[in-house]
Amino acid sequence: MILDAKIPAGTLSEKWDNHRFSMKLVNPANKRKYRIIVVGSGLAGGSAAATLGELGYNVNCFCYQDSPRRAHSIAAQGGINGSKNYQNDGDSIHRLFYDTVKGGDFRSREANVYRLAQVSGNIIDQCVAQGVPFAREYGGLLANRSFGGAQVSRTFYARGQTGQQLLLGAYSSLSRQIASGQVKMHNRHEMLDVVVVNGHAKGIITRNLITGAIESWSADAVILATGGYGNAYFLSTNATGCNVTAAFRAHKRGAGFANPCYTQIHPTCIPVSGDHQSKLTLMSESLRNDGRVWVPKDPADCNKSPDQIPEEARDYYLERKYPSFGNLAPRDISSRSAKEACDNGLGVGPGGRGVYLDFSDAIDRFGESMIRERYGNLFQMYERITGENAYSRPMRIYPAIHYTMGGLWVDYNLMSTLPGCFVLGEANFSDHGANRLGASALMQGLSDGYFVIPYTVANYLAEEGAGAPDPDGPIFKEAIDQVRERVAGYLSSGGKRSSRSYHKELGHIMWEFAGMARNASGLQKAIGLIQDLKEDFSQNLTVPGKGEHLNAELERASRTEDFLDFGELLCRDALERDESCGGHFREEHQTAEGEAVRDDENFSHAAVWEHNGQGKEPTRHKEDLHFENVKLAVRSYK
Amino acid sequence: MKLQLKIWRQDGSEDPGQFEMHDLNGVSEDCSFLEMLDLLNEQLLENGKEPVSFDHDCREGICGTCSLTINGLPHGPEDSTTTCQLHMRKFRDGETITIEPFRAKAFPVVRDLVVDRSPFDKIIQAGGYVSVRTGSAPDGNAIPIAKQDADLAMDAAACIGCGACVAACKNASAMLFTSAKAGHLNLLPQGQAEKDQRVLNMVAAMDEAGFGNCRNYGECSAACPKDISLDFIAKLNRDYSVASVKKILS
Ligand SMILES: Cc1cc2nc3c(=O)[nH]c(=O)nc-3n(C[C@H](O)[C@H](O)[C@H](O)COP(=O)(O)OP(=O)(O)OC[C@H]3O[C@@H](n4cnc5c(N)ncnc54)[C@H](O)[C@@H]3O)c2cc1C
Ligand code: SF4
Ligand code: FES
Repeated sequence: MILDAKIPAGTLSEKWDNHRFSMKLVNPANKRKYRIIVVGSGLAGGSAAATLGELGYNVNCFCYQDSPRRAHSIAAQGGINGSKNYQNDGDSIHRLFYDTVKGGDFRSREANVYRLAQVSGNIIDQCVAQGVPFAREYGGLLANRSFGGAQVSRTFYARGQTGQQLLLGAYSSLSRQIASGQVKMHNRHEMLDVVVVNGHAKGIITRNLITGAIESWSADAVILATGGYGNAYFLSTNATGCNVTAAFRAHKRGAGFANPCYTQIHPTCIPVSGDHQSKLTLMSESLRNDGRVWVPKDPADCNKSPDQIPEEARDYYLERKYPSFGNLAPRDISSRSAKEACDNGLGVGPGGRGVYLDFSDAIDRFGESMIRERYGNLFQMYERITGENAYSRPMRIYPAIHYTMGGLWVDYNLMSTLPGCFVLGEANFSDHGANRLGASALMQGLSDGYFVIPYTVANYLAEEGAGAPDPDGPIFKEAIDQVRERVAGYLSSGGKRSSRSYHKELGHIMWEFAGMARNASGLQKAIGLIQDLKEDFSQNLTVPGKGEHLNAELERASRTEDFLDFGELLCRDALERDESCGGHFREEHQTAEGEAVRDDENFSHAAVWEHNGQGKEPTRHKEDLHFENVKLAVRSYK
Repeated sequence: MKLQLKIWRQDGSEDPGQFEMHDLNGVSEDCSFLEMLDLLNEQLLENGKEPVSFDHDCREGICGTCSLTINGLPHGPEDSTTTCQLHMRKFRDGETITIEPFRAKAFPVVRDLVVDRSPFDKIIQAGGYVSVRTGSAPDGNAIPIAKQDADLAMDAAACIGCGACVAACKNASAMLFTSAKAGHLNLLPQGQAEKDQRVLNMVAAMDEAGFGNCRNYGECSAACPKDISLDFIAKLNRDYSVASVKKILS
């Protein structure tokens, strides 16, 4: 596997410009001859499909939901970064770039991150022009807030529903292209394989989730924008349908998988309430601007009502440990601190897995109505889920899996190691290193889709020339047969266990051994447990019903099997990365105070896994990271 | 909690469908409604039966995928709440709960509780956008927008496209949904250039998709989990009249 990042020459700020000039263009009259498949209609896929359709390409777009508007991007709450410096508080492209590289714990590619910061302003302009109703100041200009530990206010937001509004913006552009016939939309279609012809990705196999029809689609290029793999942990803040299937099956066909162990755990989610739990709900991080995090100092107080615990008996541990960032300390750090408090027996609520997020000081200072105005919808959501009123009693929060920085490896052009297969958004590994800063995933998805892929895919197409293969040809037939066989295999499995029970058990293993803190022996154990679970899955699974209609159990079985294989890969990657960095915390590598210790000498690289066949050990390759514009430093938020 | 569930089963759009009764015990009050259905499905699986199909994805009230008419009410009894955010503490121990799909001519049943809401996409495709090419936008602050206008546009834009408004309406009208998108865009300077064409085309698409007429019953807004206001319907009617008159005059 060759890992050529194809980073253009020139100074950091000139690279993208130079590259845009040197890339080939497709003649406007020829664009319609090129067929492009886009899998995914989230911010990344939706913006890409809309833009490519608008440019005149012949686009087929797929999603598993009943409408492209429902992609998981819709759930993002907090906001999107843009280095506009509208607040005149010292922001710049270079500062956003630097913050992102530092936030990612120096494990991302400089050139990609810089480009992201460069186009971040264009994204805001584009969205405003589409009619995205961003929050505004009284003077009518765009409002900003500081988010996720940034020291400048560069986050644009639309109440607590930024992802929804951005996605509806992309969806509206996509709808316009669908109406004009440039994009054909295939809802409720799940991609189950990539088809490779002469070493290039030239099509996909899908299952129509309503009729069960398994079909092949051919194209000149395949773009995957299928989101993250957080649901490998079963419980996460992701939508229940989020899956690793598309990415993992491309991986099996030759796309290297980079840094699967980089997962982000969000510190402010509503804790698990019982075994029935099917997903975890995020409480926007913006709450940490006004809420104070604490636990009782004495384990004996944990079961007391919080108002019975006096001020001096509380430990505001983030303020104590990180005086300059306090409650706004970055996600990985806040999450680990919460775990540490609970591990020390200081957790509150069911199972002792929760910490308080207390608004009483803010309510005293600003009044309840002000807090209601800022966070009313979040408090309401909290009350719906827990039955508790957070104006009078502190919220209980606990970290949960939220985002995945790892993904299919891509070069500067967003092409994977499988030529012709491009990967956008959360599904790729590109820009966030080992930890993502708040409000930058939305930025990356839209950057990839609106402003990067239209150029880079054109270059690939111009080089290759038009000529999508026949979707009924022998290679496609063979791929279809393999998918059919797999589906039939699930349906004929004569066991007793539901796929949900496997998924859940996998989730327990992952959370226990590859969650907020990891160590070598735990990871080895996890790999063994997952292998046993896979064996059990192959023997004892049950899937009722037929393949020729809507069958959620069948869908779940196929996604679960990929999560099982992928979970093992994640643990392997976590085991091999013998350092702590960002969201990957290896207990063997910490300071006396429990802070992460990176090993730049040995691990300043992206680890890229090559699939060698089912049941065979994968190979770990490296893309060395070079830092020419930032100095590697210890990430300190003290 | 102990529950009796009276659930609609329908094996595809051609099947006439019927209610089925199921007992479910040991349901925690902290369960969401959909988690309660997960439990039922696990129980059905254990007994070798086919689980009930229902739509869901985000399970946090924002994607608009979940549906269900619960005890006669789209999204159930709690105000401003989607089915996925409804929790079992809102029901009584021992209660019989009736669960049906969203019923409307324009939303045919796909299977059990799953319906086809793709006509909503058609309405958006008819004009629920601003025609702006990628890369052609002016600076984001080039056009100031009064905060109250932006806020009002946001109130409309909050629609999640769930279809409860249609299911709640005797005529199965899609006016609230359509007016929310038209209102959002027509309130903003960006939406002005295409305003007339937008309302004419969206309303035509709505009629074509087989939704009924609006008679101002107001059930839609009462059922809406995002509290979309009836004022947007009034605004759509005004915008539509203006656009129609302009069309005749031109
Ligand atoms: C609760 C929550 C809040 C968040 N808040 C923020 C925030 O405030 N700011 C921020 O920057 N980021 C935030 N994030 C992260 C951000 O929302 C996501 O990283 C981003 O939206 C991912 O976009 P995407 O386009 O890559 O993927 P998605 O939006 O997940 O879209 C994936 C698409 O792929 C399709 N798909 C998937 N698998 C298949 C398949 N096998 N076959 C066919 N189609 C498939 C789906 O149908 C969907 O259309 C948040 C995430 C969560 C979970
Ligand atoms: S108007 Fe309300 S009820 Fe109708 S689709 Fe939108 S959110 Fe759902
Ligand atoms: S499942 Fe997304 S709104 Fe209910």
